[in-house]
Amino acid sequence: MNEKQMRKNRWQTTFFFIVIIIITYLSAAITNFHFIDSVKTIPKAFEWILSNLIVSMESLEKLPQILDKLGETVFMSIAATTLAAVVSLFLAIMGSKTTKVNNFFSAIARLIASFSRNIPVVAWSLILLISFGQNSLTGFLALFVGTVGFLTRAFIESVDEANQSSVEALTATGATYFHMISKAVLPQSLPQMLSWILFMIETNIRSATLVGILTGTGIGYMFDLYYKTMNYNLVALITLTIIITVILIELASNKIRRVIL
Amino acid sequence: MEMAKELNTALVKRKKNGKINIKSGNKIDKVVNWTIWILGILTILAFFFFDYTGLNLERAITGTFHNLKVMFLEPTLNHFSWGEAFYQVGITLGLGVLATILGAIIAFFLALMAAENLSKPWLSRSVRVVVALIRAVPTVLWVLIFAIAAGLGSEAAVLGMLFHSVAYLVKAFSESFEEIDPGIIEALRATGSKWWHIVVKGVLPSTFTYLLSWTFLRFEINFSVAVAMGAAAGAGGIGFELFMASGFYFDLREVGFITYAILIIAIILELVSTRLKNRYFPSSAQTV
Amino acid sequence: MSLLNVEGLSKFYDGETKVLNDINFEIKSGEFVSVIGPSGAGKSTLLRCINRLVDINEGKVLFDGLDVASMKKKELRKLRTNIGMIFQHYNLVPRLTVIENVLHGRFGYKSTLQGVLGMFTEKEKEQAFHLLEKLGIAEHAYKRCDQLSGGQQQRVGICRALIQEPKLILCDEPIASLDPNSSKVIMDYLQSISSEMGITCIVNLHQVEVAKEYASRIIGLRKGEVVFDGASQFLYNEQIENIYGIESRELITV
Repeated sequence: MNEKQMRKNRWQTTFFFIVIIIITYLSAAITNFHFIDSVKTIPKAFEWILSNLIVSMESLEKLPQILDKLGETVFMSIAATTLAAVVSLFLAIMGSKTTKVNNFFSAIARLIASFSRNIPVVAWSLILLISFGQNSLTGFLALFVGTVGFLTRAFIESVDEANQSSVEALTATGATYFHMISKAVLPQSLPQMLSWILFMIETNIRSATLVGILTGTGIGYMFDLYYKTMNYNLVALITLTIIITVILIELASNKIRRVIL
Repeated sequence: MEMAKELNTALVKRKKNGKINIKSGNKIDKVVNWTIWILGILTILAFFFFDYTGLNLERAITGTFHNLKVMFLEPTLNHFSWGEAFYQVGITLGLGVLATILGAIIAFFLALMAAENLSKPWLSRSVRVVVALIRAVPTVLWVLIFAIAAGLGSEAAVLGMLFHSVAYLVKAFSESFEEIDPGIIEALRATGSKWWHIVVKGVLPSTFTYLLSWTFLRFEINFSVAVAMGAAAGAGGIGFELFMASGFYFDLREVGFITYAILIIAIILELVSTRLKNRYFPSSAQTV
Repeated sequence: MSLLNVEGLSKFYDGETKVLNDINFEIKSGEFVSVIGPSGAGKSTLLRCINRLVDINEGKVLFDGLDVASMKKKELRKLRTNIGMIFQHYNLVPRLTVIENVLHGRFGYKSTLQGVLGMFTEKEKEQAFHLLEKLGIAEHAYKRCDQLSGGQQQRVGICRALIQEPKLILCDEPIASLDPNSSKVIMDYLQSISSEMGITCIVNLHQVEVAKEYASRIIGLRKGEVVFDGASQFLYNEQIENIYGIESRELITV
């Protein structure tokens, strides 16, 4: 690298950082965000958390109810993810360049996936809430739609990665399309797909809390209820149960992942 | 073809019913099968545990289709102007930018502590545990908790969103650091360079493009998080307008307009990040 | 009796790049033919035209008197069950067991449902074990294919082709990824398949020496055209130079 190029590189880096700083400044201006204030609030916030977000003995009385709603949320996430995985599998097989039937269906599959993935889960929950009302199915469907979009993209990658050569070999033996899918493509991509499903279950439990706040279902509803009535002991307890659940699920899925990948 | 008439029985595994087994029955297959079975059973059970209060499935489905038709085919703005719409999208983007950039700066330092090749084992382990704990709390809870603790406003939203951004980026950054050729670090160590020197001269130049790509990938996520925080935590921006349009004014046409606006930006961000991914992480299916 | 007739076969990619140009030959039942030529000469494409893994643009391929180019789906499946194929990279399904991979050779005889559910008869499974024993890898039957060495994987590939009970086996560079010892083992097996079981073999090779040692007849391809077709003892240096181009003379004799 000669000196001229080095100078050019250095100039580019400087320019890049200036752009970043300008963007940050503009963002702060439009959102009315004050750096100094926010740094100042951090200690105050943690102080508040430590003195108010405490699980009291009293709040433990509500534990059965909380666990009931938490269970609903966990079930909602698992059901949404598993069923979405089934749909995504079909879309991914139609969409992947290895296994597509024709370009038209491939494009349709990718379009559906992109549409459901890029409209945020919040929008889906609000849209569904209007006609489905305040019940588990609304949350379930909102998670389901978002998950289909995400998993289809992930599954297409997994199917594309499956080695193409065994597909050719099976075709050469006179196997049908479905033989090839079930015996050459799936065995290779299934562990990877399962790993994505587990990842999505974890993610969905967190999203379910958000969806619950919006649609008035599951643990999100409980949180919102006590948050709005300023019962912070219960807010703390609910947060704690969510943390424990998410970590347990993460540990379990890491264990599974270690074996199958 | 000349064939041995008897099979070598020592090599052939048989099932209980005497048929020849063709599966290896190894641990991987078993775990895969069990996982699928358990997920399937839990899914079926789930539908018995759901709360179906006030649900009229037939009306709900036809209603949703009707709503979707109105939303996506007749989008209009009723309660605010185009300029206002751009401004609100700007706020949402701004929240995403702030959470991402501040997150990236904090994550950079934490990732140096978390990377096994640059840090001490106890430090790296403690950072990872803290990150796992932070990740376990949903972003919306962080934002809501900060909203009481720090007062409602963009500060609460950005600080709340910061947690997950940091957690995500620490994992991604520290993995990039760990993939550095150990020769580079060794060579700098051999010259007696200080730790900081190693970071600035060795680590940063060889991972900079990766760090940038990861940061952008996080920005893509943070955009939709910012939409969600606007809707669920009153953080403002286009998400809040979405919430108002659907929950307050019941204006499907406006919901449609806002959804299109979000969709367009999300698709642009996705196109950019897909290009980045294909360029810098060709075969890695990232699980973060 | 001729098993395979290739008449005026041509193949282009993208409408213009000619990979095969007016290929003509006839192969009798039980022959062991080697196709040689530099890489890019069209050897792989030629094999794939025979079982129509690639489509034929011009000319005819007649297998057992039937026109391959005009076959519909069903006939094509039947054709492919009669033609086994062995690949350079073995093309096994890595996560499945050896025995499962061998049984994949039976898919041509199965309905979609039977295949998807993995319904194989006891006779087929026994046959698979017999074949594995014959190729000396029965003790690996329950291992995953990706745990085997290259030579062992290629033997699984051979078993998969044999269980089809084919009339013809196409071998696409079967030893190009193997060390000399494994290569010899594989070529010996292919030769015995041809001589003992009477299955016709067409083997693509880039090593002229190996081709001369094993094949009774050699077809030389250069830039998509047949430049030599005859008994292997008539393949002299002059012809080899013609196939590979003068400049590569040293490469061949080394």
